[in-house]
Amino acid sequence: MIEILSYPFMQRALIAALLTGLIAPAIGTYVVQRRLSLLGDGLGHVALAGVGLALLTGTAPIPIAVAACIAGAVVVEVLRQRGKASGDVGLAILFYGGLAAGVFLSGISGVGAGGLAQYLFGSLTTVTRDDLALVGVLAIVILVTTLGLSPQLYAVATDDEFARTQGLRVRLYHIAVVSLAAVTVALAMRTVGLLLVSALMVVPVAAARNLVRGFTAALICAIAIGATTAVAGAVGSFYVDAAPGAFIVLLAIAVFVLSWPLSYVLRRRRAGAVLPELVDDDELAAPHTITENHPHRHAPGCGHPAVQHGDHTDFIHEGHRHAAHADHYDEH
Amino acid sequence: MLLDGSSVLAADDLTVELGGLPVLRGVSLSIRTGEAVALIGGNGSGKSTLVRTLLGLLPHQRGTVRLFGSPLRSFREWYRVGYVPQRSVALLGGSKVREVVAAGRLARRRPFRPMRQDDREAVHRAITLVGLSEQRNADIADLSGGQQQRVLVARALAGQPDLLVLDEPTSGVDLEHQRVLAEVLAELLSAGTAVLVVLHDVGPLGDLIDRAVVLSDGRVAHDGPLGDLGQHYRRFGGHEHLDHDRTSDDHGGAAGSWLGGAVEP
Repeated sequence: MIEILSYPFMQRALIAALLTGLIAPAIGTYVVQRRLSLLGDGLGHVALAGVGLALLTGTAPIPIAVAACIAGAVVVEVLRQRGKASGDVGLAILFYGGLAAGVFLSGISGVGAGGLAQYLFGSLTTVTRDDLALVGVLAIVILVTTLGLSPQLYAVATDDEFARTQGLRVRLYHIAVVSLAAVTVALAMRTVGLLLVSALMVVPVAAARNLVRGFTAALICAIAIGATTAVAGAVGSFYVDAAPGAFIVLLAIAVFVLSWPLSYVLRRRRAGAVLPELVDDDELAAPHTITENHPHRHAPGCGHPAVQHGDHTDFIHEGHRHAAHADHYDEH
Repeated sequence: MLLDGSSVLAADDLTVELGGLPVLRGVSLSIRTGEAVALIGGNGSGKSTLVRTLLGLLPHQRGTVRLFGSPLRSFREWYRVGYVPQRSVALLGGSKVREVVAAGRLARRRPFRPMRQDDREAVHRAITLVGLSEQRNADIADLSGGQQQRVLVARALAGQPDLLVLDEPTSGVDLEHQRVLAEVLAELLSAGTAVLVVLHDVGPLGDLIDRAVVLSDGRVAHDGPLGDLGQHYRRFGGHEHLDHDRTSDDHGGAAGSWLGGAVEP
């Protein structure tokens, strides 16, 4: 670990990974809540159109990608709000339009579609100080917004009609969320890459929802999972010489997969803690089966093993559990 | 509290078209402080459209709406209005009951400010009033249909509104939960809150209703005491309840009924 920190490029890579891991799930929580999990992917494709345009005009790709992404996100959101396109149709148009424009523009710029690869998969170890400053500013904006406006964004994401009757400017909040998602995606093309940033917006959120109960707890848990897997993936990729973006996303998916059995255990624990009476109800509801032909009388030391069962004793008799009840024995 | 008898809501000659088809054709309606008005009508009569137009959720082509004396466009005192939409909790899954209810406090809160003590107390009171104290940390998706409906009522009450608007709060809810709702509404009415409630049938809420407005084909067919309507709607209601008893509130199975039973008075 110390060895890694001695390389300035790895210091920058780790900070960039940490920041991306913090902000992607923070904004992703609200995107997933609105069932727009693939929004990030669609925006990634639009960012490609921005990169293509930058290659054609010979300008820096990040600012143009950010602008293209925000424009695409706002257009889709406005179309959705006006009922002109449902969420999934709007996303599909984003996907294909952005990808086609990116490939087309990079083609006529002379660079070719291959020039887009570094943005598709990111290049964490070539992050510059300027990139880092930009991601740092964005991280502050996104964390302040997603945590500070959490009650408002929550209300808008879960029930926007009710939010309107609370006097909230629902359209503005929707546009703010998709715009912040757009900026997150565009900047992530230098870190985990355009194709994989969407995974960091969705997978930690899905894992967190399995592990904790409640919206706020899931938001915090998703940010923690995102940050941890991003840093662990960046460190791990240094040692096994793998692509950091891919490593980070695979780690996040591993956490998600593990969250399933864990959530099962946690649910059972909670159910046990909250509803102990249910166990009794089940037993009461069990059919009352009388043991036929039972002349033998069970008693301690009668030769049949005795086991404590709730408030009474059962005797194990030829593979059955017999419990005394009035003038007969019940099967338990 | 408001001066008795002042206008809480006034709609005049409302005309609403959806997709080019007229849904409301010149509807007028007014509600005063402490009054309980039932909005009754069959499917497609325009009840929900009217309620959503009154709250500014749907645009209207003609007519005016005034909330607490202000035209809808310039109305800003949203904390005075509590809205209980038709039960739809699909996007609320994964939220704790108290998180859902706390959203009803937003009209009284400012952005970037944490909840204050009075916000927390109002949320606590609203949850207690609808009898869900023990479920306050439960996931709303794990509750029964009747309990989910009560969460939405609590959310509207958390803002301590002067006007409560409920859109079919008894639909798909068994008689026992309807009676709990009737008790809650009776308490609010006695405190001066005005209530506008959309009902498919009257049921246990009938005793609270001061005035019934019947919509038919986008027009007001009756506006007066409930008694004038005759027994038609009550009988109609009786049939509905039989259906509800069979179909509703089995969500959650044994856990649902156990939880429901534990908190009922």
